[in-house]
Amino acid sequence: MSWIAWKMLTGDRSKYMGIIFGVTFASLLIAQQTSIFCGLMLRTTSQIRDIRGADIWVMDANVQYIDDLKPLSDIELYRVRGVSGVKWAVPLYKGLSRARLEDGNYQQVILIGVDDATLVGAPEKLYEGSLSDLRLPDAIIMDRAGYRQLWPGEPFRPGRTFEMNDRRAVIVGICDAQPTFQTFPVVFTRYTQAQRFVPRERKLLSFVLAEAEDGIPTSELCRRIEDQTGLRALTGQDFAWKTMVYYLTRTGIPINFGTTVLLGFFVGVAIAGQTFYTFTVENLKQFGTLKAMGLSNARIVGMILLQAVTVGAIGYGLGVGLAALFGIFTQNRTKLAFYMPWWVLVGTGAAVLLIVVVSSLLSVRRVIVLEPAIVFR
Amino acid sequence: MVRMTSVVQAKTVVTCRNVTKEFGQGEARVLALRGIDLDIFAGELTLLVGPSGCGKTTLLSVIAGILDPTDGEIVVLGTDLRRISNRQKVQFRGENIGFIFQQYNLLPALTAVENACVPLVIGGLSKREAVQRAGRLLSEMGMGSRLHAMPSQLSGGEQQRVAIARALVREPKLVVCDEPTSALDAHTGQLIMELLRDIALQSDRAVVVVTHDARVFQYGDRIARMNDGRIVSIETNGNSREL
Ligand SMILES: Nc1ncnc2c1ncn2[C@@H]1O[C@H](COP(=O)(O)OP(=O)(O)OP(=O)(O)O)[C@@H](O)[C@H]1O
Ligand SMILES: [Mg+2]
Repeated sequence: MSWIAWKMLTGDRSKYMGIIFGVTFASLLIAQQTSIFCGLMLRTTSQIRDIRGADIWVMDANVQYIDDLKPLSDIELYRVRGVSGVKWAVPLYKGLSRARLEDGNYQQVILIGVDDATLVGAPEKLYEGSLSDLRLPDAIIMDRAGYRQLWPGEPFRPGRTFEMNDRRAVIVGICDAQPTFQTFPVVFTRYTQAQRFVPRERKLLSFVLAEAEDGIPTSELCRRIEDQTGLRALTGQDFAWKTMVYYLTRTGIPINFGTTVLLGFFVGVAIAGQTFYTFTVENLKQFGTLKAMGLSNARIVGMILLQAVTVGAIGYGLGVGLAALFGIFTQNRTKLAFYMPWWVLVGTGAAVLLIVVVSSLLSVRRVIVLEPAIVFR
Repeated sequence: MVRMTSVVQAKTVVTCRNVTKEFGQGEARVLALRGIDLDIFAGELTLLVGPSGCGKTTLLSVIAGILDPTDGEIVVLGTDLRRISNRQKVQFRGENIGFIFQQYNLLPALTAVENACVPLVIGGLSKREAVQRAGRLLSEMGMGSRLHAMPSQLSGGEQQRVAIARALVREPKLVVCDEPTSALDAHTGQLIMELLRDIALQSDRAVVVVTHDARVFQYGDRIARMNDGRIVSIETNGNSREL
């Protein structure tokens, strides 16, 4: 009977194309919207992922996410260094500052101060300048997106200055940085320099970055640091998760974006479901006729499932393909967040399959309880 | 034209005893069949006639095992339809009953010969063998040159011929037809009725035709007249017997 199912599905070219289009569009919508959501969530952690070169983040025990700054006293740095198994530990300052530009305008920036001696946490990929210039007086490195935001259309000019906390800041390099959630420019400088770029505060030590000695597992060292200092020690990945979970559960931001995403999802569900439901309903008389002629319910359901899976697979393939193209196309040209991990693909596939199967089974109910009116008409 | 058949000797294919059928409940209750007694014999073409809404299609559906009666006895080819499961009924229909519909009910995506072979495929035959057998039958019916035409390319009469071939291809013992000629013009309708008499009707097969088309009455061996859910008269070979 499968050849009959196949012919029923593809016999009417334009109808067939219509169904494929519907399911493709639904897959595209679901995959693309979910990827945008993933991209946004990823942005909440971009500052954690941008600080490279250290395995472990040590912070106040009550810190919930990357921007939840609860400065430590300087002594904590030495206590971390005192934990056995710590290869090295360096300070990291993270905070917000206001940049005052030449034209008198102000712009909020994210200020990151890295260890003076080792520059651990400084950006690895520079488009302009060199990292060692960060050791020059008043030197800072700015991320490329931030530079473009402050001075749109202008080329990088080494030595360009602006002010933070009435102190002169000199741009010595342009780096790559992942887009942040707030999309503020990111400014890297030395730890001691950062202290001058912000109003006088009692404690400036936002985080301690540490690395384990060879042969000591990171998780083990995290436990030791927590036991001995009472601070919280997390791997970068765990800290990223913690931050993401915080944004997901405690802020309205994902809800707002999530509603849009969910809307896209439901529109996709509606389109795919409606398309295939209509298709099966239109074929009710044919299925009814087959059933009158002795085709069992199981085989009818089998035929419809075959049609559903065929349409689902083709539409899914085209849909996620288009979504991926969309991602590639927009990522290089716009600020749109887009991240399509493998489970978005799997999830979209499962959703699409579920939709077509459920909608076809809903419509087949009327064949199962065969009404003579369906065939004798 | 009318075949002489001895009622006494003929084999009974369908027996209905006091069959009733209700639709709906309470205010909306409809008594579609109000106690039907009817015998249908092999070798005979039985016509079910009567005004619209009198219950012809309902009775045909009950006889063909696609609708359960509310009450009464219905035996088809020795099988009491009330005593078999729905699943067995589906198989029973496939093996014993051929269907012909007013709107032909061909699958639009299949060619003529593919349509005609569907019951054989349902019965478990391979596509190749099924197509071969259906093709032979269609050729016998003068459709040899249109085997691979799509239904949309066929005239109404040709489509109904394909439908007849489909109803007969598995050699059922009972063929049921609901208004097989009413979508056709008078001449084509007569050709279809002749085809039913010549090919469908055999000494071991019964044909039941629901119709309200007076022009085809002449093709019936037995005419059961219905009104308001009851059979009001049965005529055999031109002899009317009032109930
Ligand atoms: N599924 C149903 N639900 C409710 N009432 C029904 C149903 N099927 C049939 N009926 C009713 O049963 C009665 C008999 O219907 P049926 O279709 O058997 O008539 P018919 O003689 O075939 O009429 P026609 O010549 O118009 O086809 C009608 O009053 C009809 O409205
Ligand atoms: Mg009717």
